[in-house]
Amino acid sequence: MTVTAIVVGCSAGGVTALQTLLGGLDPRLAQALVVCCHRSADDSANLAGVLARSSRLPVVEAAEREPARGGVVHLAPPGYHLLMESDNRFALSVDPHVSHARPSIDVLFCSAAQAWRAGLVGVVLTGANTDGAEGLRLIRRYGGIAIVQSPASAQAPAMPQAALDLAGADHCVPLEAIPALLNRLCLA
Amino acid sequence: MDPESPSHDDIGEAALTDIELELFVRAMQRRHGYDFSQYAPASLLRRVRQLANSLECGTISGLTSRTLHQPELLPRVLEGLSVPVSDMFRDPRVFRALREQVLPILASYPRIDIWQAGCAHGEEVYSLAILLEEAGLYERSHIFATDLSTRALQHAQEGIYPAREAQQWSRNYIATGGTRSFADYYSVRYNLLKIDKRLRRNVTFAQHNLVSDKVFCEAHLVLCRNVLIYFSNPLQSHALALFRDSLVRGGFLCLGLRESTDFATTAADFDPFDEPQRIYRRSIHPAAGSKA
Repeated sequence: MTVTAIVVGCSAGGVTALQTLLGGLDPRLAQALVVCCHRSADDSANLAGVLARSSRLPVVEAAEREPARGGVVHLAPPGYHLLMESDNRFALSVDPHVSHARPSIDVLFCSAAQAWRAGLVGVVLTGANTDGAEGLRLIRRYGGIAIVQSPASAQAPAMPQAALDLAGADHCVPLEAIPALLNRLCLA
Repeated sequence: MDPESPSHDDIGEAALTDIELELFVRAMQRRHGYDFSQYAPASLLRRVRQLANSLECGTISGLTSRTLHQPELLPRVLEGLSVPVSDMFRDPRVFRALREQVLPILASYPRIDIWQAGCAHGEEVYSLAILLEEAGLYERSHIFATDLSTRALQHAQEGIYPAREAQQWSRNYIATGGTRSFADYYSVRYNLLKIDKRLRRNVTFAQHNLVSDKVFCEAHLVLCRNVLIYFSNPLQSHALALFRDSLVRGGFLCLGLRESTDFATTAADFDPFDEPQRIYRRSIHPAAGSKA
């Protein structure tokens, strides 16, 4: 199955982990990347700008109804859930927080699984809660590929551990190995 | 279902989910006259799934069946599918713009009618009432607060919220430029915060469906924040047309901070007033195709 898109979820320690992840991605990737990183609603820090400095792919904040573009990293905006529609466009919601988080990884992953089905790769990185586990389970159920950062290599192991416990993983590897793995899956 | 067991059916679970959602929407339409077919599908699916879970229906089809056979469930279903709760003075800089830029203009009208579409539990209704009160305009103002869900309206009318919100809401209030004490507007009993009922004296709560109901008032300000994000483009255009037809020329429209009207055909009927806060005015000049 060809990979159409990659969704990534992270929480505590996530920015550093994302810098490592994005820094190792091949700039030839043609897949859309969508990242949900827990942050507070009034977070005015320019996360896209920070991540862009480490990434060879362009990094932008996802906007309501804009299409997910191949070879671009899209970030969930603070204070809103980010969802994927089946027409490949983004949707936002202010539905209640999930696992104390908005944006929630589960919300993104579940909608992305419905939109992209078996063409989706889900990645769960460091974090101190259980968000993402349910979403990763759905991605696997719909035939997508699940990658989990090995808890031992995570700054906060709880989130990858929760994902492993609930969803299992097709690949459970240290953070440093994830970019090469994604390059291989996507450029194959 | 066992999460580890792969799906062996021929069309796949995700496709099955699409069919189930479609049938649920059809059932709501034919059985109860509520049309959700123009709602943005991803959020709708999420809410329908949550309803199916919280009502212990097992599947979306199970929820559809109960929706068909147990009409008494309808208010509960509508509540689950309508606008989520907000905060008082959510996005304070928007309320600051209303306070400092919009109300001084509205003050020139002898009577100020405001329509809040999709009021949920009423947090923003009372926020507006406080702004009007402090501007000395409340006596000649009327707020029509509408929602699809009668259960939400009930809640809004009661004006009772968890007391733990008070701190954040008070910070929000101050950030809007409020100079009184936010605590003047509510009382606390046990762990509940009850809004002063005087703030409700010029508010009418009523059920209204943006999909099927018509314009019912001539408004000087329409507040509809974070409702259109749940609508598909055609329904968004339809709702904007309703707001346009409800607003007096030069009347104000306030949308949610990340709501885009770029894809709506009726967007041309509005001029930006404070674009970053998503505050617009109904165009003075009639746009092509709009009501004279």
